[in-house]
Amino acid sequence: MRPAWSVLFLTTLIGAGQGLFLALFTADVLVPVEGRFLAEGAIVAVGLLLAGLVASFFHLGRPERAWRSAAMWRTSWLSREVIVLPLFMAAVFAWAVSRYFVSRETQLILGITGVALAMALFVCTGMVYACLKFLQEWHTPLTVINYTTLGCASGLTAAVALAAWLQPGLVRPFASAAFFVGAAAYLGRVAALARNARLRPRSTLASAIGVKHPRIRQIAQGAMGGSFNTREFFHGRPREVVRAVRWTFLALAFPIPALLLLFSESSGVLIGAAFVLQYAGLLAERWYFFAEARHPQNLYYQAIA
Amino acid sequence: MSKQLALVIDLNVCVGCHACVTSCKEWNTAGAAGPLSDQNPYGADPSGTFFNRVQTFEVGEFPHTETVHFPKSCLHCEEPPCVPVCPTGASYKRAEDGIVLVDYDKCIGCKYCSWACPYGAREVDEQQKVMKKCTLCVDRIYDHSLPEAERKPACVLACPTSARLFGDVHDAESAASKAIREQGGYVLMPEWGTQPANHYLPRRRTTMTIHADELERHDNPLKVDGQLPRPSTSEPALDDVTSW
Repeated sequence: MRPAWSVLFLTTLIGAGQGLFLALFTADVLVPVEGRFLAEGAIVAVGLLLAGLVASFFHLGRPERAWRSAAMWRTSWLSREVIVLPLFMAAVFAWAVSRYFVSRETQLILGITGVALAMALFVCTGMVYACLKFLQEWHTPLTVINYTTLGCASGLTAAVALAAWLQPGLVRPFASAAFFVGAAAYLGRVAALARNARLRPRSTLASAIGVKHPRIRQIAQGAMGGSFNTREFFHGRPREVVRAVRWTFLALAFPIPALLLLFSESSGVLIGAAFVLQYAGLLAERWYFFAEARHPQNLYYQAIA
Repeated sequence: MSKQLALVIDLNVCVGCHACVTSCKEWNTAGAAGPLSDQNPYGADPSGTFFNRVQTFEVGEFPHTETVHFPKSCLHCEEPPCVPVCPTGASYKRAEDGIVLVDYDKCIGCKYCSWACPYGAREVDEQQKVMKKCTLCVDRIYDHSLPEAERKPACVLACPTSARLFGDVHDAESAASKAIREQGGYVLMPEWGTQPANHYLPRRRTTMTIHADELERHDNPLKVDGQLPRPSTSEPALDDVTSW
């Protein structure tokens, strides 16, 4: 599959936003935190979610009709995601401003609603990919798990950075949480890599054209200048580039940010660098997620002439 | 059981002439739904939207090879994976005749349905920015202003070798169903459970056994082909008048 930048930004930005909100809410429940920090952090989370939502519009051919995409929530995970994302944004915003207006109990109820919506959004986003059964690289529970854990890890690193800036007392607890969640996310992603390395495509040229012969070679695909099918489903990069992206995300998604967090000693610059590097790593991870997926339609587009 | 219109494509007969491709493009680019746009059609890197493409495959290893021409279009699956994933409902399967269609006025161009089609049957129109695919010429087959024989998809009418049959595959007595039943019709990528309505008829071995005596005339014992010796004038003729 060709990685679509709008989708890469959408999934990584909203993942970070969801993770940041979950980190802030957990901190609010477990330890006494200054309300202003939580409110400002939640506004940052809304900003990340909004940026992701804006990015998603660049994926559409007809963005002015985007409102229609809420229609088929009964069958389409994409439609469900489209509904849950704004609801979650509203819940986070309400939770952010609620501390100035309502009681602690109402605040908690808003926060728990936010948590439920954050988890629902993770499931929707992951299932958009995991539900496509013939994209075998994506059709696994690991897809949903990894979207969830990687988003949480990214959000926790953002929480460490925010705490270093606004609430230094929270740096240590957030950093240790970021370390452990990051490690778990990394394990899940490596497990998905190992699984996908052993996949055997279920479709072959023989089943694609229905000729039962082990040796089939395409000699024409019906168009000389390429088509939507050759543009959308092939990343077109050499194997070395794909491998380099994999090593990049394997280094940046956890090991390097973890080292920076371990040795930062609450230095805001280093913690900020940890978040930025990890975010870049997650973009690379998402790029690889797309590039790794082999669509069965590619069997019909092996040779131009 | 409801109707399921479909194409049955005979790979044994297809000669790969692309007449179905050009007739499809001609009919569907002229319809009320707007053109099937092309980009840079006469330039160095031409590209365009097509509902139907003919691909060519070589089966076997030289010199024992066979060339298979393979027309590929939307298969109008009975379990279309592209339909439930559509977030807007633009992609739908008609209950009355089983045709899978895209409502171009509802499509937001998110391309998710094309990801969900294992056959690569859907293509984005780069000009209208919506997803397009074979409609089985839905604007032809019910058009009562056309003579009944012409109420068929453009590709079927254009095929010079009659490699394409069009009919209701749920009607056991239709020509399409009979061809599937009697000539070993099969579907593409059955492993995904999409149950395509379009079927393909396989290549058949065309052999003919000719024995040596069939190459010789039995009334030519001297094995000399050509003019027989002239009869002598004394030999009787049929009418005894025109004899030599």
